Amino acid sequence: MTGMLSFAALSTAEGGHAAAATDPSGFLGLLAQGAWLIPVVPLLAVGLIVLFGKRLPFKGWELAEGALAFVALYSIALLIGNWVEPMAFERHVEIARVGLLPGGGSLVLEWGWVVDGLSIMMYFVVGVVGFFVFTYSKGYMKGDVRFTWFFAAFSLFAGGMLVLVSSPNTIQLIVGWELVGLASYLLIGHWWEDHANNAAAIKAFIVNKVADVGLFLGVIIAALVVGSFRFTDLLDAVEAGDSALADVGVWVGLAFFIGAMGKSAQWPFHVWLPDAMAGPTPVSSLMHAATMVTAGVYLLGRMFPFYQAEGFGAGLKPLILVIGALTLFLGGLVALVQDDIKKVLAYSTVSQLGYMTAAMGAGAYTAGLFHLFTHAFFKGLLFLAAGSVIHAVHSNNMSDMGGLRRYMPKTFWTFVIGSLALAGIVPLSGFWSKDEILASLYYDSQHGGGGLATFVLVLAVAGAFVTAFYMARAVNLTFFGKYQGAGHPHESPRVMTYPLIGLAALAAVGGLVNIPGAFPAFTDWLAARVHLPGDHHAAALNLGLAAIGTLAALAGIAVGTAIFGRQRASQRERDRFRIPLLYPLLEHKYYLDDLYDYALVRPIRGPVARATDWSNNVIIDGVVNACGAAARRLSALVYGGLDQRGIDLGINAAAAATGEAGGALRRVQTGKVQQYAAALFLGAVLLVVGFLIFG
Amino acid sequence: MTVNQFLILGALLFSLGVYGVLVRRNAVAVLLSIELMLAAVNINLVAFGSLLGDTLHTGHVFALFVITVAAAEVGIGLAIVILIFRNRSSANVDELDLMKW
Amino acid sequence: MSFGDWIGQSENIVFLVIGVVMVAAGWWVVTSRNLVHAVLMLVVALAGSAALFLMLGAEFVAWTVVLVYIGAVVVLFLFGLMITRAPLRRDPVPLDHRRRWPALAVAAAVFATLAYATTAFFGWAEGTAVERNLTGDLGEALFRRFVIPFEAVSFVLLAALIGGIVVARKDPMESDPMESDPKESDPKESDPRE
Repeated sequence: MTGMLSFAALSTAEGGHAAAATDPSGFLGLLAQGAWLIPVVPLLAVGLIVLFGKRLPFKGWELAEGALAFVALYSIALLIGNWVEPMAFERHVEIARVGLLPGGGSLVLEWGWVVDGLSIMMYFVVGVVGFFVFTYSKGYMKGDVRFTWFFAAFSLFAGGMLVLVSSPNTIQLIVGWELVGLASYLLIGHWWEDHANNAAAIKAFIVNKVADVGLFLGVIIAALVVGSFRFTDLLDAVEAGDSALADVGVWVGLAFFIGAMGKSAQWPFHVWLPDAMAGPTPVSSLMHAATMVTAGVYLLGRMFPFYQAEGFGAGLKPLILVIGALTLFLGGLVALVQDDIKKVLAYSTVSQLGYMTAAMGAGAYTAGLFHLFTHAFFKGLLFLAAGSVIHAVHSNNMSDMGGLRRYMPKTFWTFVIGSLALAGIVPLSGFWSKDEILASLYYDSQHGGGGLATFVLVLAVAGAFVTAFYMARAVNLTFFGKYQGAGHPHESPRVMTYPLIGLAALAAVGGLVNIPGAFPAFTDWLAARVHLPGDHHAAALNLGLAAIGTLAALAGIAVGTAIFGRQRASQRERDRFRIPLLYPLLEHKYYLDDLYDYALVRPIRGPVARATDWSNNVIIDGVVNACGAAARRLSALVYGGLDQRGIDLGINAAAAATGEAGGALRRVQTGKVQQYAAALFLGAVLLVVGFLIFG
Repeated sequence: MTVNQFLILGALLFSLGVYGVLVRRNAVAVLLSIELMLAAVNINLVAFGSLLGDTLHTGHVFALFVITVAAAEVGIGLAIVILIFRNRSSANVDELDLMKW
Repeated sequence: MSFGDWIGQSENIVFLVIGVVMVAAGWWVVTSRNLVHAVLMLVVALAGSAALFLMLGAEFVAWTVVLVYIGAVVVLFLFGLMITRAPLRRDPVPLDHRRRWPALAVAAAVFATLAYATTAFFGWAEGTAVERNLTGDLGEALFRRFVIPFEAVSFVLLAALIGGIVVARKDPMESDPMESDPKESDPKESDPRE
């Protein structure tokens, strides 16, 4: 089974129902059935950390680390299991029924979990990279003012991401989507004492939210047309060629893609990602490089049969391709002019996400997701290493750095490995994934993609050059030359460097799981799903493209080292390398942020906000105050008239009457015993008479 | 002999005693009237004991107890009257109205 | 039975005579202006009741009445009269209350109620007497069936004894230390005939 899909030359696995992957039985079945724990354990950890974290010896870190360790181990087990016997497993638990369908049926809200190749890969990425990042964070966040809360929010993110990638239906996907959005907001604004961090968190959240409108619309339309929220039902409808769905197919596909654009920072929704670097570096590593930003790509992957099917989403593929290409190239260019090391990596992430999206647009399921896989390792590593540098130098800016390779050897070497992987140098992981993308673009250009795909291929190669260029720049400015900053930088503690080494190892060998034609394990893993993606897999490594890609990368490294080697200490020297018109445009990020600011933010903050404030104060508050005044007047009336005069009068009269009666009755107490005796006898006589009469 | 004759006699003496209790102003006289009442009660009890076929002689026993208690009561009562007389030089019950309102 | 039959029995005539005497004596007890006469009339009433007890066959009770009641209680009354200087006809202060009709009314009501209640319950039939040896039976009943009330009453007497002494003694602090033992229950008061 495992080899069938890939060994034939230029074979394509047509989309269709799986004969390959099945519901697992035995021990694997147990694993699959227990997989609901994967998102739940981190979410449980959140609660425990919030409740008990501060009292624990490691202040809650151990709970988060334990949860992620669990996820990592579980995902490794699932990965091995999937290798042995491909799994495509789903389970649903019904929560509620909502009678909203036009025909009168009801939509079912469910909670469930999926265990198939795509999900397992994401579990692995989140779990393993997350485990390394959490370990690293223990050292990085040491002494932080909100250490425990940090891990709570981070675990929330991990849980949310796992919910997202384990969801078999779109509603649960949205739940996970929003959870990671919330966690992103919380973590970007972790140091909220500085208003700039707040602004960055809000920007991230709002930009994502704008794009989420697309996601919601897509989910709603699809659910109403198909009658179910489940991905399997949607894709079954696609397979069956459901005409109702086909009518709205383009809109659904577009809507989902817009949602993906927001989360995965595609142009023009990418503006939030560089600003998100205001958060702590582990956050940038895990969320904004390895996992959260890949949620959009994951969504495209999950919906891949939709986008492959003619008449449904296939018409959108050129759009996806173009957006991906734009993102890829324009994002990479901006990285050239950044002084902040994290911003370099942020724009690099934007660019690499563009690669993944472009691959999806070219119909390359495996290529795009493989790049997601490897990118998680080397970009996650790069961010952590950058964090290590920042931790030592106490500054984000590369103009404060230099010559650090002497002080921080482990950081230096791991950063170099990560950079080479990113640039795509064989045999590191980035080479294999980037090459797969180039091969897919080439294939697409030969098979229907036409001139557009060729253009994108060229852009991709150029992008490889740019990538290598800015990474070489970054490496040189940071690690070579003379140290520009103050104080004595030193290597980070082991709790931070060991994860770097771990991720560097993964970044180095991670690509070897998918050598085209020779060892396509990754391809087989991913193909374990109910609706086959139907993408093309290369039978063997395309040496020509590999060479071109590598050449581009080497050229980039060479140019970068030439210009920025030995750091070219003085600013003047570096300023000499400013391409006149291009650099100002890049430094202003194509004026895109300014456009958003003038077009959207200022009108809302100014007139709209003022109008809302006016209506709140005058209209709403006016009504409320009038009600309050009326109530006060009414109560005064009740008090004066009803209470004081009416009720009190009655009560006082009753009291006076009682007093008078008492005054009258007390004359009975004459003090004379014989009168008491007389009364006694009289009473006794009366009693007896009463008994006699009434029997 | 019927029971009723004794009962009527007892009732008569009892009501005479009641009259005396309520009318007399001297404390000792009041106690005297109380004794009259107790004697009437004794008549009733002994009549019950003798004329109702009581094998246990409960009436007689009870009458003995009444006599005993009456004696105790007179002792104490007179002691109190003496004390009052010592304090106020008068045994007039009308003057004992300190518990007036 | 009718009144004629009732009168026909000789014991009932005796009863009637004694009863009239008792009632007259009782009347004298509650209305006499001379308190010593009142006490002596009480003696007559009590003697009458003793006679009635003899008629009823309760000899022991009868002699107990004579001994205890007449012999001790009445003597005690006389002592009390002496000590408290009871008015003896020579006093101008009236003995009874001025307004007597409330007391009369109450007494009359009491009599009416009692008489009616008791006679209505018991019929006018002849009473059933029990076989003799009353005193022996009485002793047995007293010391077997009624031994606990018997003991209780002896406690009452004890309490009355002690209580009476304590209540009526002179306060030891007030008395002249040269005077005799203050535990005596009050003999040294001046002559009540002053």
